[in-house]
Amino acid sequence: MSTQPVTPVRTYVVIWAILTILTFTTFYVAQIDLGPFNVVVALVIAAIKMSLVIWFFMHVRTDNPLTKLFVFAGFFWMAILLALTLGDYFSRTWMPGGKFW
Amino acid sequence: MGQQFDSATFGMWVFLLTEIMFFGGMFGAYTVYRSMYPEAFAATSNFMNPAFGAANTAVLIVSSLTMALAVRAAHLGHQKVLQMMLVFTMIFGAAFLVIKGFEYHEHWEQLKVPLFASHWAWDGPLAPPQYAHQAQILFIFYFFMTGFHALHMVVGLGIMTTIFVMARRGKFGPSYYTPVEVSGLYWHFVDIVWIFLFPLLYLIGHTKQLF
Repeated sequence: MSTQPVTPVRTYVVIWAILTILTFTTFYVAQIDLGPFNVVVALVIAAIKMSLVIWFFMHVRTDNPLTKLFVFAGFFWMAILLALTLGDYFSRTWMPGGKFW
Repeated sequence: MGQQFDSATFGMWVFLLTEIMFFGGMFGAYTVYRSMYPEAFAATSNFMNPAFGAANTAVLIVSSLTMALAVRAAHLGHQKVLQMMLVFTMIFGAAFLVIKGFEYHEHWEQLKVPLFASHWAWDGPLAPPQYAHQAQILFIFYFFMTGFHALHMVVGLGIMTTIFVMARRGKFGPSYYTPVEVSGLYWHFVDIVWIFLFPLLYLIGHTKQLF
């Protein structure tokens, strides 16, 4: 017997509707020039979509604490990877393009 | 059995985290290069078609919904619903690849495939000549990132075919549906990769200012 509870169909459909709405939102917002916030808005929307998929579709919501911790640790580890790599590149003065901050 | 299910789920997540690192490396390299050549990237994005990207995002999200419903049906022992949802998932997955194929064909026709010298050209009013080299780098990123994602989709379709055959043989029910759940995790993960590829490759560059 699985310890996982059954999620109602309605929850899945609601999550799907939110994901679709967010897709159209990001598509239309991209056509407005928000300057440096173009990247921020697009990535925040993508991160929200990712979290919804992980939490509900991938059942992390009902997984045991060990799995929850592990999923979090994985993304945290990737954040370290990206932060240190970009921190190195962006702090060099010889890079083409120049204005990173 | 509950502990077996938890172990299998946990093991799948360990695998998925290696996948996160695999794609994460590409996303990191892409970010470095895009910040090095922001104007060149903005120029290349004029040759991307966001309508294809948006359509594919919608298709993949629907496939994730049908996948989640397939797992639910397996959990409840609804054999017919399980098989139907798996077929829907495969149809949407295949539709994604077909749309992607049309898109690649468009790049091929527009001579935007730098891997093949005979199918690369950088001219016209939308292609400033000073970005000729950088544009190639960014198109290579595009093809590798979407290509590896498409490869994962093909693998996913293979997994779904296997799961479908097992479902037809009545292997799954409330007491045992671990393979369906674990394959679902893989399918949703591939969806998540696309959720990030879509804005990064199609949307952000489309307006001029970057970073």
